[in-house]
Amino acid sequence: MKYALYPGCSLDNSSVAYAMSLEAVAGNLGLEFETIDDWNCCGATEYHTIDKLAAHAVIARNLALVDEHLDQVVAPCSACYLNLKKTDRVMTEHPDLGLQVNRALAAGELSYEAGRLNIRHILDVLYHDVGEQAIREHVTQPLRGLRVAPYYGCVVVRPYDDLDNAEYPSRLDELLGWLGAEVVDYPVKAHCCGGHMAQVSEEQAFELIRRLLSSADEYDADVIACLCPMCQLNLDAYQDRVNSRYHTRFDLPVLFFTQLVGLALGLDRSALGIGKEIVTAEPVLDSRIIGMGDAAPEA
Amino acid sequence: MNAVAQRNEFRDQVISATPGGERLLDCIQCGTCGGSCPNGPDMESTPRRLFALIAAGERERVLHSNTMWHCVSCYLCTSRCPQKIPITDVMYTLKRMSAAEEGGTESDGASLARSFAGYVDRYGRSFEFGLASRFYLTHKPSSLLRMGPLGLSMFHKGRMSLTPSRIRQIRQLRAIIDKAKELGRNGEGQS
Repeated sequence: MKYALYPGCSLDNSSVAYAMSLEAVAGNLGLEFETIDDWNCCGATEYHTIDKLAAHAVIARNLALVDEHLDQVVAPCSACYLNLKKTDRVMTEHPDLGLQVNRALAAGELSYEAGRLNIRHILDVLYHDVGEQAIREHVTQPLRGLRVAPYYGCVVVRPYDDLDNAEYPSRLDELLGWLGAEVVDYPVKAHCCGGHMAQVSEEQAFELIRRLLSSADEYDADVIACLCPMCQLNLDAYQDRVNSRYHTRFDLPVLFFTQLVGLALGLDRSALGIGKEIVTAEPVLDSRIIGMGDAAPEA
Repeated sequence: MNAVAQRNEFRDQVISATPGGERLLDCIQCGTCGGSCPNGPDMESTPRRLFALIAAGERERVLHSNTMWHCVSCYLCTSRCPQKIPITDVMYTLKRMSAAEEGGTESDGASLARSFAGYVDRYGRSFEFGLASRFYLTHKPSSLLRMGPLGLSMFHKGRMSLTPSRIRQIRQLRAIIDKAKELGRNGEGQS
């Protein structure tokens, strides 16, 4: 199947490893993506704080730009995914607001028919469209021995719970299981990473990050698997600062789940962006995954 | 009479500016929201208390509260609310009202949002390096030194671009944004 891809700003910068691994995995599994031409930023949570109608119009421009032959849009970033989905829902459920969004779009000679597109997160596509059988068949390097803590964050599972349970999700757990990983069941897997709070209040943000790292560590995770750029950035880039603040010694690599899928498919590490993380993952991948260290190419 | 009319006016404003906001009238003050909130302990008023203040028409106290600025949009309260109040969206409404208020509390959250939206207006894309450097320089210069090494690591790992990208049809995007803001000002984008 062919999908429209909304990459989002992070995949060009802080989450380039997500973009690389997504492309590599898609190629291997036969998923075809067509990037929305000239897409713009979804406004994250910030534009909603400034102007409601403009926030929805900024988001809707992307929906309006989707090729008319496509009806599925995939977003890898949780925040982008929620924004696209929410604007589509709000335009559908509140036709008066939908009308205003279209009046704004008309100023750019665009329009969007609410409900036309099915907006999906990449986890949904890998779980449902590719599915267990195909993924198991493509695994050439099972992640046996690697203890992975699946981290869902917030907005892939809330407020819309059509993909997974809002309180205790399990789709990513299952998928990691298909890869042969030892899936760590820990209590905070759908708790918040603090989002943009690291830029506003370090005290608050670092406490939320600490709770997540602490729980994953307590349950003996080797790595954390993320499905959102913001979560990955917070847990990875600020881990050192969290250690300084709380006198902890967390050393937990934080990877995108697509990087782990790619590893299990036997894809090249550099093509998966492994090494882009601040807390380096390679030593634990080599020492934990049975058969991985032996197969690793000479450095 | 006037006092009563004013109270209803504030609540009505919050409701009409929030899609699904009429559910605020169904709040049973159970406190599930505050109990679920990861930042609840740092809030002057939990969402439950804030909703009681809204019902009492306490405009000043609500808009000068720090509650909405501690909301990280995790939607746990929204997902758990037995009355299906779109609490996160009410928080967005209160953020907008507070940021627009003359002499309102100047939250770092409001400044960050303005900087971020400014990059979207100018380039059509967010600009992480610009946002981080500008925001820290103007708001948290003391943190800049501590953040420096991290920024350098991000740059070396190829995770931070020093120049912004701009979309091709930036004029089209700006025309759309301008029109949306105009419609919003005229009160046509209410619900």
